[in-house]
Order: sequence, then structure tokens, then C-alpha cells
Amino acid sequence: MRSILGQIGLTFSVMSLAAVGGANATLPEIHREVVGALHLMDDATFARLVTIAQTAPGPNVLVASAIGLHLAGLGGLCVATLAMILPSSLVALGAGRTMRHFSSSRAILVLKKSLAPIAIGLMLASGLIMARAADRGGLTIAITAGMTLVIAFTRLNPLWGIATGAILGLACGRLGLSL
Amino acid sequence: MIPASPSPRQCATIVSHRALFTAFFKIGVLGFGGVTGWVRQIVVEERGFLDDREFAELLGVAHVLPGANTVNLATMLGDRYNGASGAAAALLGLLIAPILILIAVVSLYDRFAALPDVQGALGGAAAATAGLMIGNAYKMVRAIRRDAAAILIAGAAFLAAGVLHLPLVATLATLIPASILAVAVVERRR
Repeated sequence: MRSILGQIGLTFSVMSLAAVGGANATLPEIHREVVGALHLMDDATFARLVTIAQTAPGPNVLVASAIGLHLAGLGGLCVATLAMILPSSLVALGAGRTMRHFSSSRAILVLKKSLAPIAIGLMLASGLIMARAADRGGLTIAITAGMTLVIAFTRLNPLWGIATGAILGLACGRLGLSL
Repeated sequence: MIPASPSPRQCATIVSHRALFTAFFKIGVLGFGGVTGWVRQIVVEERGFLDDREFAELLGVAHVLPGANTVNLATMLGDRYNGASGAAAALLGLLIAPILILIAVVSLYDRFAALPDVQGALGGAAAATAGLMIGNAYKMVRAIRRDAAAILIAGAAFLAAGVLHLPLVATLATLIPASILAVAVVERRR
């Protein structure tokens, strides 16, 4: 029987290399492994940890850190985080260096130029998906739309917009209005 | 083959370990509900590490590699300016505060998460963060607006991922060859 830390390290290193599209795209796979195959936690605990990781700031790979922390304390957190980050980062490091080494080659120039519009489209899609997830009614739609306009057409610090959103959300709750 | 010499612009941009750490620290700590919206805001607009075209290209590479996009971007950007230790500085900056906050949130979550005030504030902030993302994506669209083929590919990627919710691997497997073909054809005509 493998130790729990070893199991966490192994599971998340595999996820790290399989996570094309980031942690959110890998969530179903992590669920299948941690809840389904390994029976390390139940569905409700998994859902709660995902929500916690998304409530806290930072990249969504932290869902691995939250699962590690739940399973094996601070040691679990460290192992899960490193396992989720290191393998893919080493690949990125190698890829980045290879591309710079051949940066004058036509193939690399064409490849980079080809990937850029796809990244732009995917970023816009993530924005829409986030807006849908945050949508609880008229006010949240208005906040998203207002923030989009402020970011697109002004150079105002986005923190003002986020603080305004939080205050509006809180105030509406206090006034008994739905968001 | 001579190793790629950095372009004049890259030479002109000196980015220290400290600058990498603080930029990604800010991205990490501010990124409620995902960090992607903040990355362009800080890397392009606030710090000027990259211009819009370079950022879109690097983000494109970060997308096709395994792992989280922001983590990949931090690694490649840090390495580009300061080697492996630069990558480590950017990654540490990105992750250190969120991990400490995560530990705090885990212990506080059950007590505070159900409070209506907290729910309301988080809901409002999440809606604004979505706007941050869309606004930044709009600026990137604006940067490629004269390139009809690029707009078409970006539109297809948006439709596939945002509206039709197709699996990412299928989307990439279709769009990358299409985009390469489009770029190659346009370049040949020049």
C-alpha cells in the first residue's frame, strides 16, 4: 500500500502533464481519480474543496493544493502543489527555450502566429463562461457589462471595479434585493 | 546554428527577479475567480513586459502546453528574462500568497461562507472579474482587427469553447492546423 503522500504526488504529477486547458478542464479527471478510483473523499467534500479553491484568489491549480491539504495536512498541500506545478512547468521551460533557440525559423514564427488568435478566442470564451457562472440575475449582468466597458475603454485600475462589484453585491443582499 | 539573438526590444526590456516576483505576486493575490483576466492587465498594460502581439503568442503557447495557462506563462516569461531562477521567482510570486490565503480560507470557510454578506460581496466581485476578463480579451481582439484570417480563427475558437462547449483538445486539434494553413497562405502571398 502506497503512502498517502506518495499517492498524492503520483496522482497530481499525472494530472499536471494531462492538464491541457488548465486545471478547470482537468477537474472531471481529478474527480474521477480522487473520488472514483481511489475513494479518497466523497462527492460533497470534493465539491466543497473546489468551491474553496475558487473562492480564494490565485490560479485554479490550487484546487490540487486544497485536496492535498484536506488529505494530509500541510505536507499534503506541499506535495500536491509541487506535483501539479513542476512537471508541466518543466515542459513549459523546455518548450519556451526550444522556441527561442529556433526563433528565427519560419516554422516557429508561423506556429506562434497561428496560436495567438486561438488564445484570444479562448480568452473571450473563458470570459463568457465566467460571466455565466457569476450570473445570478440583472445586477450581476450589469456589473459584468459595466466592468467590461470600463476595462475596454478606460485605463482605470480594475481594483476599483472589483471593489464596486463587491460593495454592490453586499448592499443588494442587505437591502433584501436579489443580485 | 547561431543561438537566437534577442531582438532589440527584448534587450531594451530589463526585467529583474524582483520585478517578476512582484508582478506575478499581484496577479496571484488579485485573481479572485481565476487569474487570467489580470495577467494581460498587469503584464502588458501595467508593466509593459510584452506588447499585445507577444502576449497573445505566448498565451497561445501556454494554452497548448499541459498545465495551467498562467503557470506556464509565468514560467516561460520568467525564464525568458532571467533563466530558470527567473521562472522560479515568477512562480513563487504567483503562488505564495494564494496558498497562504487558501490555508486561511479552509479554516474559516465553514464559519463564514454561508453569511449572506460574504455571499453577496463574492458574487459581485466574481461578476466584475468576468468583466475584467472580457474587457482584456476585447483589447486583444482589437489588436488583431486588421487581420481577417486571425479574426475568423479567434471567432471559431470563441464559438467552440464559449458557446458550443466542445472539448478543448478537439477544438485545438481542428483549429491549430486551420490557423497554420491560414497564416502560411497569407505569408506566401506577401
